[in-house]
Amino acid sequence: MTEKNTPLWEVFIRARNGLSHKHAGSLHAVDAEMALQAARDVYTRRGEGQSVWVVRSSDIVASDPTEKEVMFEPTGSKIYRHPTFYDIPDDVGHM
Amino acid sequence: MYSQGLIGADGTTHEDEEFLTAFQARIDAELKIEPNDPMPAGYRKTLVRQIAQHAHSEIVGMLPEGNWITRAPTLRRKAALLAKVQDEGGHGLYLYSAAETLGVSREELVDQLLSGKAKYSSIFNYPTQTWADIGTIGWLVDGAAIMNQIPLCRCSFGPYARAMIRVCKEESFHQRQGYEIMLTLCRGSDEQKAMAQDALNRWWWPSLMMFGPHDAESTHSDQSMAWKIKRFTNDELRQKFIDATVPQAEFLGLTVPDPELKWNEDKGGYDHGEIDWNEFWSVVKGNGICNRARLKARRMAHDDNAWVREAALAYAEKASVRETAVAAQ
Repeated sequence: MTEKNTPLWEVFIRARNGLSHKHAGSLHAVDAEMALQAARDVYTRRGEGQSVWVVRSSDIVASDPTEKEVMFEPTGSKIYRHPTFYDIPDDVGHM
Repeated sequence: MYSQGLIGADGTTHEDEEFLTAFQARIDAELKIEPNDPMPAGYRKTLVRQIAQHAHSEIVGMLPEGNWITRAPTLRRKAALLAKVQDEGGHGLYLYSAAETLGVSREELVDQLLSGKAKYSSIFNYPTQTWADIGTIGWLVDGAAIMNQIPLCRCSFGPYARAMIRVCKEESFHQRQGYEIMLTLCRGSDEQKAMAQDALNRWWWPSLMMFGPHDAESTHSDQSMAWKIKRFTNDELRQKFIDATVPQAEFLGLTVPDPELKWNEDKGGYDHGEIDWNEFWSVVKGNGICNRARLKARRMAHDDNAWVREAALAYAEKASVRETAVAAQ
């Protein structure tokens, strides 16, 4: 039998209004409609969500893990981006 | 049961010393390993094997319990059992997804189960003969599973640990639902209580076997412990399970079928009789009561539903061609 592999989808769930959608896991489905139904069955059996997004995994563009250093290291050395870098006398009070 | 996933697991790996030392340093610092991180081939292989066996166990585990859905004694029990079996299916899917992040496809994993190449937990090769078996499975089998799975929530491989957190949250309902069934039977007629005792007699030893062979026989355990794929040895987990479960049996007024079972004040735990390892290995090798029936049922489900997968794919392809045509106009 020549069976084609079923595409992979990533599932994002908003637990409740006020929170962002968060990655919950992945699943296989042939199209968006079935992916949504499966996401509901697999990831929201106990009221985990108010809203579900499904995205084809192949449509996600990810940063290259081998370039992690080039990509993220420069922000590590820029400590002046953090509030604790600046000395403010205690007398000024909370700032 | 997932310590059984390591039976025959070969963590042999061929990276250079520098790579392995750096990897071990990350593990020792309790840093999680994510799918795209560099990892030793042996680590990847061991995890694929263990996670896949864990997933297969969830899926095959639906069969013995599914056997009683149509015969549950009340609507309340039926709804709960249906929900539980559906959970097991869900757990299988979380786990397959976690295994797939390591570069193996769902189709390959399913093929390995159906061809008999991959194993699943030995416990699911025992038959569910009475309604009390459903109570006992929830109480003992899910109880043992939780004992195994809680430390797996801290497994060094991120996707496996995350799947385990979800599974553990859901699994505690399973154990309570099982114990409640036992409690009802034990407070019922003499006949019902005898049924509960009979189920305990049959499931006690197979439940202890779920933790896998003795530490001394568990060949690849050390490497898995060092890589923090597992956190406790088989015997440690088995002991914890016995210590937690014996008082629960006493509360039910049931007798654990082990004449050598005795509280040991010095070690602060129970001493117990020897497990029949011949039975264990015979079941693992495919000769348990239900091994053939379980695989037959899985193969039948896969083959009989092939047309659904094909039709769904064909429909999706047609719909996407139609969409492209409409967009072009």
